[in-house]
Amino acid sequence: MEQILTAVIPVVIIGIICAAVLVIASKLMAVKEDERFPVIRECLPGANCGACGFAGCDGYAKALCGDPDTAVNLCVPGGVDVAMHLSSLLGKDYDDVEAQVAVVHCSGDCDKTQDKVDYKGIESCAAAKLLYGGKGSCSYGCLGLGDCAAACPKQAIEIMDGVARVEPSYCIGCGICARTCPNHLISLYPAESKAIVACSNKDKGAQTRKVCTAGCIGCKKCERVCPNGAVTVTDNLAAIDITKCADCPDPGICAESCTTGCIRIAELAVREK
Amino acid sequence: MTNLIVILLSAVFINNYVLSKFLGICPFLGVSKKLNSAVGMSLAVIFVMLIATAATWPIQHYLLDPHDLGYLQTIVFILVIAALVQLVEIALKRYIPSLHRSLGVYLPLITTNCAVLGVTILNISENYSFIEAMVNSLGSGIGFMLAMVMFSGVRSTIEGRDIPESFKGLPITLVAAAITSLSFMGFGGVIENLFA
Repeated sequence: MEQILTAVIPVVIIGIICAAVLVIASKLMAVKEDERFPVIRECLPGANCGACGFAGCDGYAKALCGDPDTAVNLCVPGGVDVAMHLSSLLGKDYDDVEAQVAVVHCSGDCDKTQDKVDYKGIESCAAAKLLYGGKGSCSYGCLGLGDCAAACPKQAIEIMDGVARVEPSYCIGCGICARTCPNHLISLYPAESKAIVACSNKDKGAQTRKVCTAGCIGCKKCERVCPNGAVTVTDNLAAIDITKCADCPDPGICAESCTTGCIRIAELAVREK
Repeated sequence: MTNLIVILLSAVFINNYVLSKFLGICPFLGVSKKLNSAVGMSLAVIFVMLIATAATWPIQHYLLDPHDLGYLQTIVFILVIAALVQLVEIALKRYIPSLHRSLGVYLPLITTNCAVLGVTILNISENYSFIEAMVNSLGSGIGFMLAMVMFSGVRSTIEGRDIPESFKGLPITLVAAAITSLSFMGFGGVIENLFA
């Protein structure tokens, strides 16, 4: 009995000393945490995608607590629900969150363009890009090795026929894919926008034609037919100013007139909440 | 002085905690995927090994040994190290928030890491003086860092390779760890002869 006690008592005493020190330390050196922080953090989706411009959901929640000027509608994946929740929590006005969807500006699938080399290296767009600008004959186009698909937190991107395709109903508009693509082919568009240019080739028309049948050749037909003057061709590539598309009297005329079919009417359906 | 250098170098290379003693394998496999986190984890381990030794060596020599309580070594060390790391975490959070953020989750993760406990217990069983014990802890920590950094390099090289389906993931990692550890066996006997 005595032996047991001589073993137990020192351990208990050391344990109690440790506990006391920790309790005193945690009281003395307590860091004041905003009591709103856990509540705010709780209503953010926790995707840590960085679409708000802060380092993850914790960063955004901290900014919301600390800086009263931080807007409540920055969380794109959370959408309107989160923005309303945040505005009621913080007593701030809220603006609508513009739902955004990733769009791939390339339509060079296996029928439209060819590989210039037989690439047998690391299965990564970033690696392939380093090797003579990629395996495809168009150096602006989709490399098709799926860096974006691997980076997507929602598995919304799939490589089909050698081109990345975004499934709009899964896309949360976080923009991670846009930052991942070594050719910068992916950008975020408001979900209600209609016409998109599915090409990024800035070569002259004849050169573009040689490498891809779906490439923008810069013929400016779209520029002429657009009733709102939303389409401009710069550097042999059409660009659409989507802010001018809203009240288009003839939606889809640009896509119909496009000689190569690189302007498309996209079904960027707003995702189900 | 030579004695201390021998202790330091043999702790880093010959008695490397991960690759020769096989202690601390959990963070070695878990956190070695990326170089950044491997370095962060290793710095935290070096730090904790040093303060753990600084705390446990006096406890052993002035508290346990005089009262014939040497058999309580393991449990008392675990208790003290865990409390100490918690204390350090609280202090860092209060006074050096940036360091607290960069050490992040690694600090609480290694409270009960067997490499840390191993260092403190081996310091006692090797009969090191306090200075020698501190040097040994520093060397062990640096050895841990060396293993982590080397292995994160190995892993990032493996990542891009075409690995047979059945070897993907953990199996190839364990095979690579075994080969890395074999390479460290080559250091055996080197240091003793350097200063002989």
